[in-house]
Amino acid sequence: MGRFFGILVALGALGLAAFWVLTRPDHVTEAEVAGLTGDAAAGEAIFWAGGCASCHADAEAEGEERLILSGGEGLVSDFGTFYPPNISPDPEHGIGGWTLAEFVTAMQNGISPEGRHYYPAFPYPAYRLAERQDLADLFAFLQTLPEDDTESPAHEVGFPFNIRRAVGGWNLLYLSDDYVVQGELSAEEARGRYLAEALAHCGECHTPRDALGGPDRAAWLTGAPNPTGTGRIPALTPDELRWSTTEIAAYLNDGFTPSFDSAGGHMRSVILNLANLPDADRQAIAAYLKVLPPAQN
Amino acid sequence: MPRFSKIIATGLAALTFSGAVAVAQDLPAPVEARQGQFRIMALNIGVLGQMARGNTEYDADAASAAASNLLTISMLNQSFHWPEGTDSFGLDGTRALPAIWENPEDFAAKWGDFGTAAEALAAVAGDGLEGMQAALGPVGGTCGACHDDYREAQ
Repeated sequence: MGRFFGILVALGALGLAAFWVLTRPDHVTEAEVAGLTGDAAAGEAIFWAGGCASCHADAEAEGEERLILSGGEGLVSDFGTFYPPNISPDPEHGIGGWTLAEFVTAMQNGISPEGRHYYPAFPYPAYRLAERQDLADLFAFLQTLPEDDTESPAHEVGFPFNIRRAVGGWNLLYLSDDYVVQGELSAEEARGRYLAEALAHCGECHTPRDALGGPDRAAWLTGAPNPTGTGRIPALTPDELRWSTTEIAAYLNDGFTPSFDSAGGHMRSVILNLANLPDADRQAIAAYLKVLPPAQN
Repeated sequence: MPRFSKIIATGLAALTFSGAVAVAQDLPAPVEARQGQFRIMALNIGVLGQMARGNTEYDADAASAAASNLLTISMLNQSFHWPEGTDSFGLDGTRALPAIWENPEDFAAKWGDFGTAAEALAAVAGDGLEGMQAALGPVGGTCGACHDDYREAQ
C-alpha cells in the first residue's frame, strides 16, 4: 500500500514536472532575428492588415487618432475582461524599450519580455503564422508612431483563469503552425489565406470556440455568438456568404453590403483597417473566403 | 423628361443590385416605418455607392437626386419612430438595441451627424465623381458609427 502510494506520488510529481516543462515560456532568441532589418514603410501595411488599431487605440478614435496605441476598450469574455495594453513606443508604458526578439516572442509565442504568458485574447495564435520579416517591418513601423504614457490597466480575470501558467497548457492544446485551410491554392487564394489567418485574425470572432475558449478549427469561419454582446457574428463560408468576390472586396473597402446596408459593430473598425490595403489584398481575402469548406457539411 | 427617365433607370438599376428585402410581418407600425426609412436610405446610398465603386457610370442628376433624398430623410423628425419597448430584447424582427433608450441624447446626436454628412454630400454630389466619392465616405461613417453602438449583430 505504501509502495503504491509512493508510485502515485512519483507519477504525480512527474506529471507536474512534465506540465512545468511543457508550459515553459518559449523565447525567440536575438540570434534568430539577427538577420532581419525592419522597413517601417512596409510595416504600415502589416499594421493595417493585422488590425492592431482596432484593439490598441481608443475605441472612439477616428483618423490619425487610430495611430495612438495607448491601449483600448476591455474585451469582455466568459473568462474575464481583458484590457489591450499600451503598445505605443513609450519606453516605460509601451513597447519602446523592447528588442525585436522580444517583439517576435510576444507576437508568435504569446510571451512577454518578463517571461509571462499573454492571454489569447491577444491573437498571437494567428500572428504565429506570420512571416518574421513582416513582423520586423511592423515593429519598425510601430516605433514611428506617437508615444503615449497611459498606464495599461490590469486584466479582470478570476480564479482559475488568473493562473498565467495555465495559458501554457492552452497553448499546447491550440497553438498551431499550420494554416486551417489546406490543399492546392492559387497565388491569390494563398495571399488571402495569409492575410485572413496570419494577420487579420478573422477567426477570432467568426469561428466558434469550445469550453476552454479554443477555436473550433473544424468549424472555421462558420459564424459564432457575438463575444461582446447579443446576436451572432455571421458565417463567411461560401454556402452562407453568397456575395461575389467583387462585392466582398468592395465591402472590405467602403463598408457597404451589396444592398448598401452599412457595417456596424467591430467589423466597422476592421474595415477602417482593411481600407488602407491595396485593392488586390481585399480581392485576395475574398478569393480565400470562396475556398473555405462549407458550414453545412 | 429624358433627364427624369434617366434617373428612373438608375433607380431601377439600384433596385436590381439591392435585391428583394423580406418584410417582417406584424411589427408595430413605428418599427415598420423606421425600417422603411432605413431601406430608403440604403436604396439612395446604393445609387451613389455603385457610381463610387465604378459599377455604374457617374450621372450628375441621379447623384444629386439620391443625395438630396438622403438629406430629406435626415430631416425627418424621429420622435414617432422609436417608442419605448420596441428594442431587440422586447421584439423579434428588430435589431434596435436597448442602448438607444439608455442614451437618447447620444443617439439623437448620431442621427444629427448623419444629417451633417448628408448635407455636405448633397452640396457636391452633382459636381463630379471625385467630390461625390469623398463626401459619400463620411455618410457611410455616420451609418456605421450608429450601428456600432445601437444595432445588434446579425
